[in-house]
Amino acid sequence: MTARVLLIEDEPNITEAIRFILSRDGCDVTALADGAGAIAAVQAAKPDLVILDLMLPGVSGLEILAQLRADPATKTLPVMMLTAKGQGRDREAAERAGASHFMTKPFSNDDMRAAVRALTGG
Amino acid sequence: MPNSPSPPASLTASLTGSLIRERRLAMGLRQGDVAQAAGISASYLNLIEHNRRRVGAEVLARLAGVLGTDTAILSEGAGGALIDDLRAAAATTPLVEPELDRIEDFAGRFPGWAAVLAAQHHRAAQLERAVSALNDRLTHDPHLSASLHEVLSALASVRSTAAILADTDDIDPEWRTRFHRNLHQDSERLATGAEALVAYLDGPETAVDAGLAAPQEEVETWLSARGWHLSELAGHGGFDVLMEEVGALASAAARSLGAAFLRQAEADFRLLPDAALQAAVATGADDPCLLAQGRGMSVLAVMRRMALLPGSAAGLVICDASGTLLFRKPVDGFALPRFGAACPLWPLFAALARPMLPVMTQVEPAGRSLRQFRTLSICEARLPQGFAGPALREAAMLILPDDAPQPSAPVLAIGTSCRICPRPRCPARREPSIMADAGL
Repeated sequence: MTARVLLIEDEPNITEAIRFILSRDGCDVTALADGAGAIAAVQAAKPDLVILDLMLPGVSGLEILAQLRADPATKTLPVMMLTAKGQGRDREAAERAGASHFMTKPFSNDDMRAAVRALTGG
Repeated sequence: MPNSPSPPASLTASLTGSLIRERRLAMGLRQGDVAQAAGISASYLNLIEHNRRRVGAEVLARLAGVLGTDTAILSEGAGGALIDDLRAAAATTPLVEPELDRIEDFAGRFPGWAAVLAAQHHRAAQLERAVSALNDRLTHDPHLSASLHEVLSALASVRSTAAILADTDDIDPEWRTRFHRNLHQDSERLATGAEALVAYLDGPETAVDAGLAAPQEEVETWLSARGWHLSELAGHGGFDVLMEEVGALASAAARSLGAAFLRQAEADFRLLPDAALQAAVATGADDPCLLAQGRGMSVLAVMRRMALLPGSAAGLVICDASGTLLFRKPVDGFALPRFGAACPLWPLFAALARPMLPVMTQVEPAGRSLRQFRTLSICEARLPQGFAGPALREAAMLILPDDAPQPSAPVLAIGTSCRICPRPRCPARREPSIMADAGL
């Protein structure tokens, strides 16, 4: 089964790279460049996994994660958080907010693929 | 050791035992008589007077009565602050158990060492505060946070995209082109971000704010805030106004350096006032050597005046014979090192090796600005102790922006300091650059 991945990331070049990597790995990737429409996009796309950048324009990744966890429909939806390396406090905050996985930038493509497979059961 | 804290001269005399002894001697009383009147042995009083025994409240009250004074006067000397400091120092070292009951004995017998210990305790506390401030800044500084995020985001894209290009054999040509373009964009962004980050971390303002600035940086930050000129020197009482500003600098060392700098600046100013220098510059007669000859002043003094002229675009660095930079007025596009030694290729150091021989060199500092500068360097020697003393060399390099350089003129490629210089294969490199890995 093709895994549906919703990627919410404001860096277009990172989005292109992740989309390419995961598409070649059999995922169906939908991308969103800001946090404003994230919840609606999740409800519409019904993804198997959300890859969520922590620092987004408009609404922060943590706020989106909190909203997803507060909704029974998305309470257990796998969410992988992306953030800049070394931001220990961000990681702690994401873990507290219920992130399923945490990946730091810069990441390796192999790690990204492996994490997505693990989170989508692929 | 010039910076070691000097023990207070009256320390011993300000401890309780010493105050008792001082009072007794002032009254012309014998130790035995006072001891007897207070109901203690003479030997015990002797130990008390030499701060070898703590004196209890009851005995102190009896001694105060015999000596016709108040117990507070005998027990609240200036040494109380030192004792408090020593107690505080002891409290910060929980794994060591100092003899707290002999703290006055220690301070009385070794006042100098006690003062050193107290000063070290204060210094450690000051450094802890500074580290805490820096740590806080690294965590919360929005500029730093934004710069790091920019660099790491660009790096993430570069790493992922480069791996795709390297690992994917059957990539579609359109995607390949797109990824090449992305790679180019992100490498540009990475270079800009990394350069901004290094410049920020190397900037003196961070350290001044955090209380970690060297005295020289404090003085230079003050001068920078004034726009690098001291126009008040032209007016009556201007020197005193400037001295007041220097007196407000954070550290004693900076105040001392600043005062010496001001005295020198005033002497320079008297020989070559702003108006005279501005007139010379306006007519193109601004060769520092010729100006110096015409006014009977040193070339270095003229260079200092040119750098501190209101509105002057000239930068200036001055070093001593060891190459240590004593003064740094930066100029846009020509970064000056905050830590460590400067680039050994600077014409300043060529001049240092040849006193009184002027060195005029066109240079291009490393960096993205590609701006060129005309540098005028010279070294002067002075003999403050005459023939019997050492000759002290000082070299200066005036840095003049040259925005219309002659294309055919030879240009010397220089850097700032090896640690942050991106120039590859530099024959003068002392240590690897932190920017080398980024390929900048």
